Amino acid sequence: MKLTTKLLAATAIVSATGASATDLEVTHWWTSGGEAAAVAELAKAFDASGDHWVDGAIAGSGGTARPIMISRITGGDPMGATQFNHGQQALELVEAGLMLDLTDVAEENNWEEVIFPKSLLDACTVDGRVYCAPVNIHSPEWLWISNKVYEDLGLPVPQNWNEFVESAPAVREAGKVPLALGNQPWQANTAFGAIQVAVAGLENWQAVNMDQDLDVAAGDAYAAVFEAAAAARELAVGSNVQDWNQATNLVITDQAAGQIMGDWAQGEFAVAGEVAGEDYTCLPGLGLNAYLSTGGDAFYFPKLDDPEQEAAQKRLAALLVSPEVQVAFNLKKGSLPIRGDVDLSEANDCMQKGLELLASGNVMPSGDMLWTPDTQKQVEDLMVEFWMSDMPAAEAHERWVEILSMD
Amino acid sequence: MASKPLSARLTRNLNAKIAALPMIITTLVVFLGGTIWSVVYSFTGSKLLPKLKWVGLKQYDRLWSNSRWEISIENLFWYGIFALVLTIAIGFLLAVLLDQKIRFEDTFRTILLYPFALSFIVTGLVWQWLLNPEMGIQHIVRSMGWESFTFDPLYNPDLVLIGLLMAGLWQGTGFVMCIMLAGLRGIDEDIWKAARVDGIPAWKTYLRVVIPMMRPVFITTLVIVAAGIIKLYDLVVAMTSGGPGNASQVPAMYVYDYLFQAQNLGQGLAASTMMLLSVLIVLIPWAYLEFGGKKHA
Repeated sequence: MKLTTKLLAATAIVSATGASATDLEVTHWWTSGGEAAAVAELAKAFDASGDHWVDGAIAGSGGTARPIMISRITGGDPMGATQFNHGQQALELVEAGLMLDLTDVAEENNWEEVIFPKSLLDACTVDGRVYCAPVNIHSPEWLWISNKVYEDLGLPVPQNWNEFVESAPAVREAGKVPLALGNQPWQANTAFGAIQVAVAGLENWQAVNMDQDLDVAAGDAYAAVFEAAAAARELAVGSNVQDWNQATNLVITDQAAGQIMGDWAQGEFAVAGEVAGEDYTCLPGLGLNAYLSTGGDAFYFPKLDDPEQEAAQKRLAALLVSPEVQVAFNLKKGSLPIRGDVDLSEANDCMQKGLELLASGNVMPSGDMLWTPDTQKQVEDLMVEFWMSDMPAAEAHERWVEILSMD
Repeated sequence: MASKPLSARLTRNLNAKIAALPMIITTLVVFLGGTIWSVVYSFTGSKLLPKLKWVGLKQYDRLWSNSRWEISIENLFWYGIFALVLTIAIGFLLAVLLDQKIRFEDTFRTILLYPFALSFIVTGLVWQWLLNPEMGIQHIVRSMGWESFTFDPLYNPDLVLIGLLMAGLWQGTGFVMCIMLAGLRGIDEDIWKAARVDGIPAWKTYLRVVIPMMRPVFITTLVIVAAGIIKLYDLVVAMTSGGPGNASQVPAMYVYDYLFQAQNLGQGLAASTMMLLSVLIVLIPWAYLEFGGKKHA
C-alpha cells in the first residue's frame, strides 16, 4: 500500500511538470553491450516522463571518464547529471559547493527507509545533506567460470577458488588459459580485492580496511593473500587482452576457464545469450567467503543556474530511485537494486545469489568509500607492477602496507 | 636610437606594439603564470582542488621514492637516447641521399615527410595494429607459412620500448630530414667545388666540412627532438597505455594519472615540475650556444 502511494506521488510530480520538457545532459562511462542496454532503460524512462535525456557516454573506463567530468564541472561547463562511484570520488566537489543538494528529494521520497543497505545513502551524505542518487550495487568479488571448458575436460565445475586453482594444470594442458585477465590497471586491482576477502576472511578484511589496523595488514593472514595472488598471476599468463569485456569474452567463447570480475560481467553473458547455471557458473566471494562489497554507481547533479533545469535534475533523481526504473535498469545491467522492496523474480541464478547475500546482510563497504582515490591509485600501480612482473609476494606485501600507512 | 627619450621609444611603431599586445599578455599570463602556479602548488598538499596548505618538499620526497616514477624515468632515458641518436642519424642520412640531385626528389621528400603530418595518436594506433600479434606483422608472416614466427614487442616487457621506438622514428625522421636538407642546401656551392678541386672524397667533405658548418642546424634539431621526447605521452597512451604492467610508463603519464585519476594535485604538479626542470636543462645550454656564444664564434 505504502509503495503504491509513493508510486502515485512520483507519477504526480512527473505529470504535473510534464508540460515543460527540459533537456538534461547525462554523462557516464557505460559503453559495453550490457551497460548500453541498461542505460537505454534510464533514458527511456526519463523521456517517457516528459523530459529529454541527452546521452553523454564517455568511452574508456571510469579512469578515463572521471577526469573529463571533473574538469567540466570545475571548469564551469557542468552537465545536467553525472555518474560517479559513490564514495570519496566526488567528495571535494561536494565540499566546494559545486553539487546540488538533493535532501528535499530524499525526504519527499523517503530514501532513508527505502534504500538498502543504508551504507549506500550514507556514502551520498555529507554533513547530513544528501548529494547523490544511488542507482545500483556492484560487487567485484565474483568468479565466473565457463562450464563447457570443464565438461570437455571431463572434470566437475569448481565450486570455490581452491578447486579452481587445483584444476588449473588440466586446463593449461588442454591449451586454454585458466584465468582471463585484461591488461587495464584496475582489473589487476579488482582481482586482488576479491582474493583479499576470499582468503583473509571478513574479520581480517574489516580490521585492515575499516579500522585501518596495519598490524593485521602486515600479518600472516595477508601474507597468505599475497601468496594466493602470486599463484593467480601464474594462471593468468597468456591472456593478452586489454579490456575487461574482451577478457569476459574469452570465458564466454570457452577459451579461458574463468575470470575474476565484478557482477557487471553478467550483462556480457546475457548479451551473448548464455544462461546462468547451464553455460556458466558464478561464485560470489570466489566461493570461499561469500561476502559482497556494496560499491556501485550513483548520479550526482552539478549545480546549474537555470531553475527549470534544477527542477528537472530533481525529477531525474527521484526517477532513478523509483522501483520500476530500478527493476528495468538492474535486470539489464546485472547489478543489484538499491532498494530491498522491489520484485526481482525475473532475475537469473547469479543475481538471486547476490540478492540472498544482500538480504542476509553479508555485505561490506567498498574500497571507494573507505580509501582516498590517491591511496587507491597507488595500490593500483603496485598491483599492476606485481601482476605483470615476477615481483616476490613478500615484497609486494611490504610495499602495500607502506602505501596504506600513508593514507 | 637608444639616446631618445623613453616616451618616444615606447610610441615608436605603436601599431605593431598594440598588435603584439594580446600575444604578450597570453605569454605572460598563460605560459609564465601557469608555470609559476604549477610550481607553487607542487609544494602544497592539494588534493582534487588547489589549496594553499604548505607541506614543503614532501611531494618530491614521495615522488622520488615511488617505483613507478623511477621506472618512468628509466624508460624515458633509454627511449630518449636511442630516439635522439637514431632520428638525427637517419634524418641526416636521408637528407644526404636526397641531396644527390636525384630525380623525383619532390616526390620522395613528400613521402618521407608524410608521417609527420599524422598526430602521435594516429601513429600509435596504426603501429599498435601493425605490431598486434593477432592481426599485424606476426599474423601476416605466419599466414605465409612461417608458423613459428614471433614478433609481439608490445606484449613483451623487455621489447616494448623497441616497439615504441619504431613508431617514434617512423613519425619523426621525416621532419628531421627536412631541416637537415634545408641546412645542406644552405652550404655554399663553392665549398663543394673547392673540395672537388682538392680531390677530397664526398663522404669526407660531409664529415669534415659540411657537418661542422651545419652546427647551428644540428643544435636546433637536437633541442626540438629532445623537448619532444621529454613530453612523450600520446604515443604511449595509444600504443600500450603504459603496459604491459608498468614496462612502458613515462613521466607524462604519471603526471596525468596523479593529477586526475588519483585526485592528488600536489603530487602531479611535483612530477610536472621535474619535467619542466629537465626541459630547462636541455634549453638553457642551447640558448647559451645560440644567443650567447655567437659573438665569439
